[in-house]
Amino acid sequence: MIGIIDYGMGNIHSVQKALESTGVKVLVINKPEDIQECDKLILPGVGAYKDAMQELSNQGLVKAITDFIRQDKVFLGICLGMQLLFDSSDEAIGVKGLGIIKGKVKRFFLPEGFKVPHMGWNQLNRGVRGKGSAVDDCPLLKGIEDGAYVYFCHSYYCAPKDNRVIAATAEYSKDFCAVAWQDNCFGMQFHPEKSQDVGLKILRNFVEL
Amino acid sequence: MLTKRIIPCLDIKEARVVKGIKFLGLRDAGDPVEVARSYERQKADELVFLDITASYQQRQTLISLVEKIAQNIFMPFTVGGGIRSIDDIRDLLNAGADKVSINTTAVKYPELIQEASAKFGSQCIVIAIDAEMANSPQSTDHGKKRWKVYINGGRTPTELDAVEWAKKAFNLGAGEVLLTSMDCDGTKEGYDLELTKAISDAVNIPVIASGGAGKLEHFYDGFTKAKADACLAASLFHYQELTVGQVKQYLANKGVLVRL
Repeated sequence: MIGIIDYGMGNIHSVQKALESTGVKVLVINKPEDIQECDKLILPGVGAYKDAMQELSNQGLVKAITDFIRQDKVFLGICLGMQLLFDSSDEAIGVKGLGIIKGKVKRFFLPEGFKVPHMGWNQLNRGVRGKGSAVDDCPLLKGIEDGAYVYFCHSYYCAPKDNRVIAATAEYSKDFCAVAWQDNCFGMQFHPEKSQDVGLKILRNFVEL
Repeated sequence: MLTKRIIPCLDIKEARVVKGIKFLGLRDAGDPVEVARSYERQKADELVFLDITASYQQRQTLISLVEKIAQNIFMPFTVGGGIRSIDDIRDLLNAGADKVSINTTAVKYPELIQEASAKFGSQCIVIAIDAEMANSPQSTDHGKKRWKVYINGGRTPTELDAVEWAKKAFNLGAGEVLLTSMDCDGTKEGYDLELTKAISDAVNIPVIASGGAGKLEHFYDGFTKAKADACLAASLFHYQELTVGQVKQYLANKGVLVRL
C-alpha cells in the first residue's frame, strides 16, 4: 500500500490522482498509526517550512515518518516534502527538519533576470556533471531522458552536504539538486504529479519499486 | 534552462467556456472539461481557469467544476474568480487547484496577499491585474504611459496605478502576476507590450501576459520585447485557430526556449 501524508499543507489530491492513474490504490494518512499499513510513503507539500514541521509534529507524524524510513521502506518527498527531509532551512531559522538527509535548504539569491520563485518547466540533468559521482542509476529516473522537462515551483532549494546523494540537477542560473536519493529515501524538488508524461513515468517507477 | 510558458485560459460563465471582446459580448466556446483535456493533449504548460462572473454576482467559484477539470489534467492549474478569503483559497486548493488568482479582493484588502502567501506559500498566490491605459490625449504627463487598475471583472475603475500596484503586491508576497490588458483583450492585435514590460521590469516574480494574442508573432513579441515569463491566450486556442504545439514550434524556430 502507498500512503500519502495529509498534514494540511496544500493539495494532496493531485498527487493521489496521478498515482491512481497508474492503477494503484492509495491511502491518505492523517494519523501516525496508519503509516504502519504502508510499504511506501509520499510526503507532498507546498507552503511554509515552519508551518509544515509544526503540523507534522502536532499530528505526531515526525517520529512515525523517521521510524518508517529507518525500517528501510521506500519514502518520497515532493517539493516542500523533499526540503523537510533535510536538517534545516533558511526559510525558518531555528526550526529542525526531519534530518534524514544531511544538508540544508537555501534561498535562491540570483542575478538580475532570474525571478524567484523558480516557476515553470525546466530540464532534469542526470547525474552530477563534473563531480565524478555516478548516481545516474536512480531507479525513479529509469527511462527518463537526460534533459527531460518537469515542472518546478519553489523559492528554496536543497543543498546536500554530500554531493553523492544528488541524482539529478536542474539549472537556474546555477545547478541545484532536483532529485536527491539516499538509500530508500528520495526527494524531488519538482512536481511529478504536474509534469505530464515525464512525471507520470517517474511515479510509475516509484510504484514499481 | 527554464522555458517560457504557453498558457491557455478558460473563461467560465455558468459552467461553460466563454470569450468576449474587451470583456464584453461573451460567446460560448465549449464544455470546460473537454476543452481542458484537449489542452492537456496539446502539452500546454499550464491551465488557467477564471470564473469571470463570480466576483460580480457575489457567488462562490464553481468548486465542482474545478474538481472535474483537475481530475483530467496533469499540469499546473490556476483558478480565479470570486476569491474573498483564506477559506475560499483553501477550498480551491483542496478541489485541485495549484494556484489561485486574486483580483478584486486583493485590491480592496491587500493584507489578504500577505496572509495567504504566509499560509499557503507565495508560489500559489497569483495577483490578477486588469489594466487599461489611463492617458487622455490632453494629459500632461509628457507621453509617459500609465495604466489604471480595474476590479469586478473590468467593471469598476480604481485609482490604482498598475505598475505601483504590481510592486505592492510583490512586496506583500504575491508569487506571480497575471496581467490582462483591457485595451487589447479579445482584439487579436497583440499583447500590450509596453504595459507588460513595465510590470515585468518592476517586479522580480513571473509575469503572465494576457489579452490580445491573435497570431504567432504576438507570442514572440510578448516574450522578447515585453519580457513576459508566460503568454496566455483564450479564444485563439478555443476556436482552434492555433494549437499550443504550433505556437511552441514557431517560438522554438525563432530561438525562444520552450518545452516541445
